[in-house]
Amino acid sequence: MNIYISIFAMALTTYLIRMLPLTLFQKKIKNRFLRSFLTYVPCACLTAMTFPSILYSTNSLISGLIGFLVAIVVSLWGKSLVMVAACSCAAVFLTEQILCFL
Amino acid sequence: MEYKIGVWDGMPVGIGYFSVSFGFGALAASHGISAWDAAVISFSNLTSAGQFAGLTAITAGASLWELILTQLVINSRYALMSLSLGQKMGSRIGTLPRLIIAFFNTDEIFALAMARQKPLTVPYLLGLGLTPMIGWTGGTLTGALASSALPLMIRTALGVALYGMFIAIVIPQARAQKSILAITLISLVLSCLFYWIPALNGISSSLSVILCTVISAAIGALLFPIDDEENAQEALA
Repeated sequence: MNIYISIFAMALTTYLIRMLPLTLFQKKIKNRFLRSFLTYVPCACLTAMTFPSILYSTNSLISGLIGFLVAIVVSLWGKSLVMVAACSCAAVFLTEQILCFL
Repeated sequence: MEYKIGVWDGMPVGIGYFSVSFGFGALAASHGISAWDAAVISFSNLTSAGQFAGLTAITAGASLWELILTQLVINSRYALMSLSLGQKMGSRIGTLPRLIIAFFNTDEIFALAMARQKPLTVPYLLGLGLTPMIGWTGGTLTGALASSALPLMIRTALGVALYGMFIAIVIPQARAQKSILAITLISLVLSCLFYWIPALNGISSSLSVILCTVISAAIGALLFPIDDEENAQEALA
């Protein structure tokens, strides 16, 4: 099968999933429960995507856990997105270097 | 002005995307996909998990319907996000800009847009999407071309960049609001259950993300319904 047909099918599916709810529901939802629900979607979703997946994204559980903890501590200090991501990457890198010698 | 602020706010995501999509480019190259094709995938799809799954499906010779179904399941969380973002946009933003903005409503851009204190404007949202799109496509291209040059250790470490960004978005909100903290913890516990309880871990990770999101956001909406001040003010105005 032509790879561009596959790519187009993937792209179109993904676009429709994003586009339809954004264009079809333009009025403010009055229902209080639904509005609260939608407000809480981002944090609930990002959390579920991060943990425990982050633990298994590196070469060992330990480096994944340390990357996770470092990201939390640096976020609590109020650092920017890039800073948190960079510190987390650096922590994973250093931990794996150290684990090599153990 | 709003456009510039958007570009500036989107910059960290753009940089983060570059490092993450570098991994995608490298993976695509190792599966025999050309650097150009990998970049086309990234530019047209702009989604991390969906692309990784799609790449696996394509190289495994899956049918078109399997490919579409995979995207539907993995990316259905975007439907929730778009619904949520649409509410925040309000009636000021019309259909045409929505058609464009929908294209780059990724997890991170969505999170940034929702975290903005001021009302959303079209220039701001368009600016927000600029560097992430460049970063995601450019990183894929670079990764596909240069993957062999970088040591594995560095590539592995870059893999947590995206998670780091997620954490950096959630933590400040959880710290500021008890309700968000509670919902975050509920989602965390549910996610662990889906991952580690033998009877439940047959559920795919994409479906598990959707279930965790829906259950914990619903519990949150029941326990901590948001007040209607905003609506009242709009009615007065």
